[in-house]
Amino acid sequence: MSAPPADPILSARGLTKEFFGFKAVNDVDLDVAEGTIHALIGPNGAGKTTVFNLLTKFLTPTAGRIVFRGTDITGVKPADVARMGLVRSFQISAVFPHLTVLDNVRVALQRKEGLAWQFWRSNRLLDRLNDEAHGLIDAVGLEAFAAHDAAELPYGRKRALEIATTLALDPPVLLFDEPMAGMGVEDIGRISDLIRRIARGRTVVMVEHNLNVVADLCDRVTVLARGEILAEGDYRTVSNDARVREAYMGSEHE
Amino acid sequence: MSSLTGSGAAGAAAETGPATAAHARHRNLERLGFAVAAVAIALLIAAPFFVYPVFLMTVLCFALFATAFNLLLGYVGLLSFGHAAFFGGAAYFAAHAVKVWHFEPLSAILLGAVGAGLMGLAVGFLAIRRQGIYFAMVTLALSQMIFFIFLQSPFTHGEDGIQNVPRGWLLGFVDLTRPLNIYYFVLAVFLCGFFAVWRIVHSPFGHVLQAIRENENRAISLGYRVERYKLAAFVMSATIAGLAGAMKAIVLQIATLTDVAWQMSGEVVLMTLLGGMGTIFGPSVGAALVVTMQNYFATSDVPVTVIVGVIFVLCVLLFRRGIVGEAIRLIRR
Repeated sequence: MSAPPADPILSARGLTKEFFGFKAVNDVDLDVAEGTIHALIGPNGAGKTTVFNLLTKFLTPTAGRIVFRGTDITGVKPADVARMGLVRSFQISAVFPHLTVLDNVRVALQRKEGLAWQFWRSNRLLDRLNDEAHGLIDAVGLEAFAAHDAAELPYGRKRALEIATTLALDPPVLLFDEPMAGMGVEDIGRISDLIRRIARGRTVVMVEHNLNVVADLCDRVTVLARGEILAEGDYRTVSNDARVREAYMGSEHE
Repeated sequence: MSSLTGSGAAGAAAETGPATAAHARHRNLERLGFAVAAVAIALLIAAPFFVYPVFLMTVLCFALFATAFNLLLGYVGLLSFGHAAFFGGAAYFAAHAVKVWHFEPLSAILLGAVGAGLMGLAVGFLAIRRQGIYFAMVTLALSQMIFFIFLQSPFTHGEDGIQNVPRGWLLGFVDLTRPLNIYYFVLAVFLCGFFAVWRIVHSPFGHVLQAIRENENRAISLGYRVERYKLAAFVMSATIAGLAGAMKAIVLQIATLTDVAWQMSGEVVLMTLLGGMGTIFGPSVGAALVVTMQNYFATSDVPVTVIVGVIFVLCVLLFRRGIVGEAIRLIRR
């Protein structure tokens, strides 16, 4: 194991989550260095998504502490964590299905423009967000779909829309929960490119099953198994670790 | 930029067609909506010369009630099963204000609406902590508590209700005992309430509400404190439901336990679903249908509840989007 980063942007200490006596996550210490792409990998049921939900406060830890940019966020609500700049995606692509692609992005933009509470004015006011929204939509290659309902998009495009919506908040830290899940080869290449591009100047934490993607994209890898950290380091170190190989039993490892 | 933008741009040329078509369709539907609204207003202005005004006013009161309820169900996705508390509560407040405190009718109605809004704040504050069926159950339980408070309070006169509420003089100089005067007053209040709901739905705030309805967790992850938005919508819905209830007390000159009972909460759900939830005109159409049926079958041998029940079952089985919802779907095709 190589040494953890000296000044992490996001860190967890002794993170534990029990569900009715079952320890889904047990005493996990995690440090994410600023400006890196950090992967959480591990076999099914290892607790990756639970760690993710704990970091973004969608679950409350049974024990442990989470610090983001020097602030203890263990007791902060999920919406407020997002406001602080720690924004997540979901395993199942999270869009607003019956809003258009443009409206999906405008929802994310309108809060910081102070337009969220105006119930007495026309929603034409949101048109002033159009330029910025179209810019984000273009950046993920969805310009042809701007007027379509999000529900009509194919899966890979929904993921792209989700990323555009997340980027609308311009968050310093992005968390992606299995961004490649259920995608075809062509989409994987596209989304990988996109993630590499948006990671510039940001920190990305991702849960990912596809080890080719992890090898390709990530600077640092944390391997979880049965709720505990098995190994941590760059991809080569981790993939040569005997315990990691054993945990995977070669099933997904190439 | 990367190849990604390039491939998207190539696709754009081929796919601008359907995108603009979707946009044009949306614009057309919007224009149709305004046309329907204009015709409906014209008809409502002419209606009292052809139809019994008290019947029309009852329809308008329930139409506003259902529209207020739809703000919550159709646009935030919250099924309240306790809206009778706000409708009936406001009816009691307004009736008491007019009869005992000798309030002028408009201020009595506004007092009723504010009272309902405050009740909505209390009920909503407790209910929005739960989701789905639990939310519905909490609103039902709290509205039943409110029912018993009204049953026991001396000012409501228990089973008798507040009867013979005087219609009085609007702002001191319009005689509301004359049918046309009160009709146009009720129509004006209805249009104000209806416009308020339309404005809320089509505002930046309404945009956030729809996002919460579509995917609450995603809205949270974008930094929205969704409880506050839900509570605000709940209070707005309760206030406008109260506006409808208070108006009804002045029109029918009575406030009774029927208005606060749980059956009334069920009736507004029925009206909204029948007309089409999540559509701006649906609840009014549903309300008109239900009130008409209740009037028409009131003297028949077949109990009206059976007929309404059968229609509701047919609606759920055959046209789930409700009358207006299905009409919009047909036009869109």
